[in-house]
Amino acid sequence: MSFVDYSVEPPVVEGKPPLSSIDDAIIKPIDAKPTKAWFVAIAVSGTMLLIGAASLAVTFIFGVGMWGVNQPVGWGFDIVNFVFWVGIGHAGTLISAILFLLRQRWRTGIARFAEAMTIFAVMCAGLFPLIHTGRPWLDGYLMPYPNQHGLWINFTSPLVWDVFAVSTYFTVSAIFWYVGLIPDFATLRDRTVSRIKKIVYSILSLGWRHSNRHWQHYEMAYLILAGFATPLVLSVHTIVSFDFAVSIIPGWHTTIFPPYFVAGAVFSGFAMVQNMLIGIRKIYAIEHIITIDHLEKMNKIMITTGMMVGYAYGMEFFIAWYSGNSAETFVFFNRALGPYAWAYWTMVICNVVFPQLFWFKKIRRSIPAMFVIGVLVNVGMWFERFVIVVTSLSRDYLPSSWGFYVPSIYDIGILIGSFGLFFTLLLLFVKSMPVVSISEVKGVVEGAQPSHGGSH
Amino acid sequence: MQDARLYSLSAIFQTPDEIAHAAEQTVERGYTAFDVHSPYPLHGMPRAMGLKASKLGYVTLVFGLSGAALALFFMWWVNVIEYPLVIGGKPLFQLPAFIPVTFEVTVLMAAIFTVVGMLFVIFRFPNTSHQLHDTPYMKAVSSDKYGLTIQALDPLFDEERVREFLQDLGAVEIHRIQFDAEEIEARPRIFEPRFVTLLILVALLVGPSTYIILNHVLYMPPFDWMMEQQKINPQMKSELFADGFGMRSPVEGTVARGHLPYPFKGQPDLAGKFLVNPILPTESVLELGKKKYDTFCSPCHGNFGDGDSRLRGQFPNPPTLHSDKSRGWSDGMIFHVVTEGQNIMPSYASQIKERDRWAVVHYVRALLRAKHATEADLR
Ligand code: HEC
Repeated sequence: MSFVDYSVEPPVVEGKPPLSSIDDAIIKPIDAKPTKAWFVAIAVSGTMLLIGAASLAVTFIFGVGMWGVNQPVGWGFDIVNFVFWVGIGHAGTLISAILFLLRQRWRTGIARFAEAMTIFAVMCAGLFPLIHTGRPWLDGYLMPYPNQHGLWINFTSPLVWDVFAVSTYFTVSAIFWYVGLIPDFATLRDRTVSRIKKIVYSILSLGWRHSNRHWQHYEMAYLILAGFATPLVLSVHTIVSFDFAVSIIPGWHTTIFPPYFVAGAVFSGFAMVQNMLIGIRKIYAIEHIITIDHLEKMNKIMITTGMMVGYAYGMEFFIAWYSGNSAETFVFFNRALGPYAWAYWTMVICNVVFPQLFWFKKIRRSIPAMFVIGVLVNVGMWFERFVIVVTSLSRDYLPSSWGFYVPSIYDIGILIGSFGLFFTLLLLFVKSMPVVSISEVKGVVEGAQPSHGGSH
Repeated sequence: MQDARLYSLSAIFQTPDEIAHAAEQTVERGYTAFDVHSPYPLHGMPRAMGLKASKLGYVTLVFGLSGAALALFFMWWVNVIEYPLVIGGKPLFQLPAFIPVTFEVTVLMAAIFTVVGMLFVIFRFPNTSHQLHDTPYMKAVSSDKYGLTIQALDPLFDEERVREFLQDLGAVEIHRIQFDAEEIEARPRIFEPRFVTLLILVALLVGPSTYIILNHVLYMPPFDWMMEQQKINPQMKSELFADGFGMRSPVEGTVARGHLPYPFKGQPDLAGKFLVNPILPTESVLELGKKKYDTFCSPCHGNFGDGDSRLRGQFPNPPTLHSDKSRGWSDGMIFHVVTEGQNIMPSYASQIKERDRWAVVHYVRALLRAKHATEADLR
């Protein structure tokens, strides 16, 4: 048996590539003409996007009556998708901010991409509450502003908290991402030979000069942003869970929701990042920068958060029984054995059972296996939101007002469209911006830091 | 004595250790107008360069705290002063329920101003025409080299001495960075005809299209649903009830709370004759009336009762309230119209409380009087 020396961090970047080769590896795909595979991918995602656009057009013209929602299930796919996408976004912030504060240097290779994913996922998420209002052209009223009617929003409503949480989250993530990109844009600006690109990158880099007088403030700003993004990301899914927990619907009105939602968000987000990175590192041939160790570490986080989610599932049942509240008890019986039992068991199997396979190192490091498990986790997490939203609403206190929710094809179309939007934005991103933070990766290559006087 | 166009001497080094040493030596020699450039932040460099710790954190602190204070103050003003609304029997100022928004606004303000302060105030960005831009020096430090720049404006600067100093430190290349001739006599280019034309074009494009979208497109189908709604109106047939009536009558022999029948139903003349405004037009009553009027009546009747509706054809425009007819009406008559509605104007009995309706009547009176003020009113 060999011993591992835990006092020395293993190198983050494999080998000891010369710094200029990092530029080449990361920038080459941006400068090269798009490959055939890329065109095929964007054609597919563009089609999905158009399906979503068509479904939305139908919704706008004829109203939300085109969806499956009705009494008593007034929250259907729209809210399920909203929670799902916000959750996907959380992994990005976790990687870029929380792991930064914890000084996990391995995050450098994947942070940029994960942040971009956050932003695109939050865009997809933000779409849903806006269309959920029914008349999206009146959404301006969601913001408090002095209007002639003298009307103000109700600041004690969780739905208003949501507006603030999601818009703040989007803004701060975008700022964080852009601040990280500035030095890379400067590097791109200094490399490119095309006149147009030069102008674009000059503007985007704002005139960054790699000055150490600037780097000093820059690092401080990055630290501060990470410090804020960390509680922010926790607050966002907490507030999303308040949309449910603050109501009095059985199955929603529980205090476990905030931590349970945050764990679930990180869980699904990591599954998504892992899936996407598997593709990116292959296509970009940057397997030495995004290494199998990265993927393994992400799988470890997935098994942890997966078990938290599993614990929450169990705890919900326990409390339902322990509380002696008949409405609460019924809701959980209904989840596991009622008309939506298939969704419930899909969720349990995908979220609790499959990730257990990650206990085996072989599976943790096998790309096809982890890819499949990642996909299953996201299926499971989508169904988790479906189970929470739909089962509780379809059968609450009064049996006379029970109902059954079936999504319409427009609901499904919009869901497909949101994936289309997400993938289209990602594809455009990987073609136009460095998917790995060039300056950060250079800083963690072995021998990149002065050997004395540094504070490690 | 030296070249006025010289900006700096800039040297390139190969390894992080060399640049760390070079920075320390530069400080020791007493140079102050110098800078180190590297493709990524170097550990320990601020100390080697003798820089003070970044004060950016104070910016964050100040703006974060003001964000928190502003958000709390604003919510208090809205929920307690401007638009008091009792929800769930809770007090108007509900601190726990205000915490989420306070927190979000704090983070938002702190994050935005930290970055804005750093980029635009401390760094004075955007600045895309710095002397160092577009030099081979910048291209090298942008990729894999480390650079030390000593500016010509340093009081100790002497080209020969600095060159020697840099060579001794082990620089592999030394560049002379110069100001461009045109940069020295640069003028602001904001008024260039091409740029001005562009601005005008953008304005011409954005202005009208915003106007058209906000004032016309939003009032065309399918965005004009106000008149046709998918609900059962009183006279419509219902598929739900056995008797087919959309209109339901209350359980026989009962009166719902707060729904004592209005005694002058369908009898405007009697209402005008017998109903008397029970409250006095004090300042607070007029304030209340104005608020309710602005909220409920102004969309159709306009802010001053001129009948200049904001709904733009989604609902027929009402006549002006300043006609001789309605000016001659008694308070009771106006109250009756608000309570019962009149022709297509709907009833507001369920939306505005009785006392508030009387306050609206006082306010309408004030509007009518304001537009037809007599000499006597001016005193
Ligand atoms: C939905 C649009 C609408 C709103 C809101 C509305 N009204 Fe009217 N109002 C009308 C229309 C249309 C008429 C003309 C009805 C008719 O044909 O006789 C009218 C008529 C009146 C008249 C009679 C004018 C006359 O010359 O016959 C009075 C007084 C009046 N409204 C007061 C009010 C007050 C006070 C409010 C606020 C509580 C209010 N209205 C809100 C549409 C509206």
